[in-house]
Amino acid sequence: MLDILRDNWLLLLIGQYPNGPLGGLAMTLILAVCAIAAAFVLGTLIALARTSGIALLYWPATALVYVVRGLPPVMAVFWAYFALPVLIGRPIPGFWTLLTALILYESTYLSEIIRAGIQSLPKGQVEAAKALGFGYGRITCDIVLPQVYHTMLPSMVSQFVSTIKETSLGYIIAVQELTFAANQINSQLLTRPFEVFLILAVIYFLVCFTLTSAARFLERRVARQRNAPALKVQPA
Amino acid sequence: MITLHKVNKWYGQYHALKSVSAEVAPGSVVVVCGPSGSGKSTLIRTINRLEPIGDGQILVNGDDVHAAKGREINRIRSHIGFVFQQFNLFPHLSVLDNVAIAPVRILGLSWHEARERARALLTRVGLAQRIDRYPHHLSGGQQQRVAIARALAMKPPVMLFDEPTSALDPEMVGEVLQVMQSLAAEGMTMICVTHEMGFAREVASEVWFMDHGEIIETGSPAEFFSAPRSERARKFLAEIRH
Repeated sequence: MLDILRDNWLLLLIGQYPNGPLGGLAMTLILAVCAIAAAFVLGTLIALARTSGIALLYWPATALVYVVRGLPPVMAVFWAYFALPVLIGRPIPGFWTLLTALILYESTYLSEIIRAGIQSLPKGQVEAAKALGFGYGRITCDIVLPQVYHTMLPSMVSQFVSTIKETSLGYIIAVQELTFAANQINSQLLTRPFEVFLILAVIYFLVCFTLTSAARFLERRVARQRNAPALKVQPA
Repeated sequence: MITLHKVNKWYGQYHALKSVSAEVAPGSVVVVCGPSGSGKSTLIRTINRLEPIGDGQILVNGDDVHAAKGREINRIRSHIGFVFQQFNLFPHLSVLDNVAIAPVRILGLSWHEARERARALLTRVGLAQRIDRYPHHLSGGQQQRVAIARALAMKPPVMLFDEPTSALDPEMVGEVLQVMQSLAAEGMTMICVTHEMGFAREVASEVWFMDHGEIIETGSPAEFFSAPRSERARKFLAEIRH
């Protein structure tokens, strides 16, 4: 197995780059980072629409969340693959197709995490800001979202881990990410699929385990900060 | 300075405020007292429209609070300081920035100017040594003093206090009342919902006694505590003296 790794580590890491397109683990991480960053923005907007109390915003956002969360992620990839070229009027590279599907899918999950954070914030926080003269935009940007992001950070890291795993769906539309690279190696070797896919599994596990550990660390830190005991009376 | 005219408020079928009318003159300190559920907190929260009213009119500094449209209410609220029972400090901001954020965002001060203002106010409430801490590092009494400094940072001509000492351990009540007392001495117009009858007796220029959503009795502390006119006020005072 080590010989497979020795002969193909560069392909698994960066694909055929610089002699061909970037791929492998680098492409997987680029896709995951871009998807989670865009999904973070879209997810925040969906969560704000869902908590706005404005029917015109609430219902479309809610419908989107329920529909997308009720479908397997591969459906999002198929829809992006077939519908995007029709909508835009020209063919779309696999990278953008997969990125669009991941953004759509992940933003609905992130929006629910953010919505839960907004709704669990004590009512007094918004009231205190209102009493000072803050409007909705300022309350959202200065008071609500910073606290929500801080509390929800561990959940968001977990969602990032899910996104890394979901980039493997790119294989079905020939995006040159990590699973695609492993399959290329398997096609060359033909007789050693268990070893190739064991290497693939180990790489995914190591990346995801590291991030999950980071999420656990963050979770403990957030819990510690939130439960920090008030100091006893001290001379001011 | 503050005028309440036939203010009514309902929670569903429950009539929480029943045609409340009253006036607060500039520089006066009004203490609102009464039994639990009498409508004291509801009343004070209607003055800056944290609670909407059913009908009636509330004027603060000449502004009709409940007739304000759109963002106008934010301007009106920025001129009314409000201190909550549960402090409601922003946990993600340091003590200094809790006090500085509103002057930056609402008044357009630079962070440098606002922090200078905040530093002076925190010194005034005895917390100069705590400016870099976060709210969860402070005791309840210290948090409430920060909350008072935060409200004062907007230089409001009027301050509202909604049971500011009710959530505090007894040994911390004094430090908050002391700050409120010094504000009153400087001529700040104040309405305080409180059960601290000692504070009412010493500091208030007028006491409003509420029960079942109505102001039953108003008068100077001397009159109210020595010779309450209504039976309900007599009963209330007898109960709190036990």
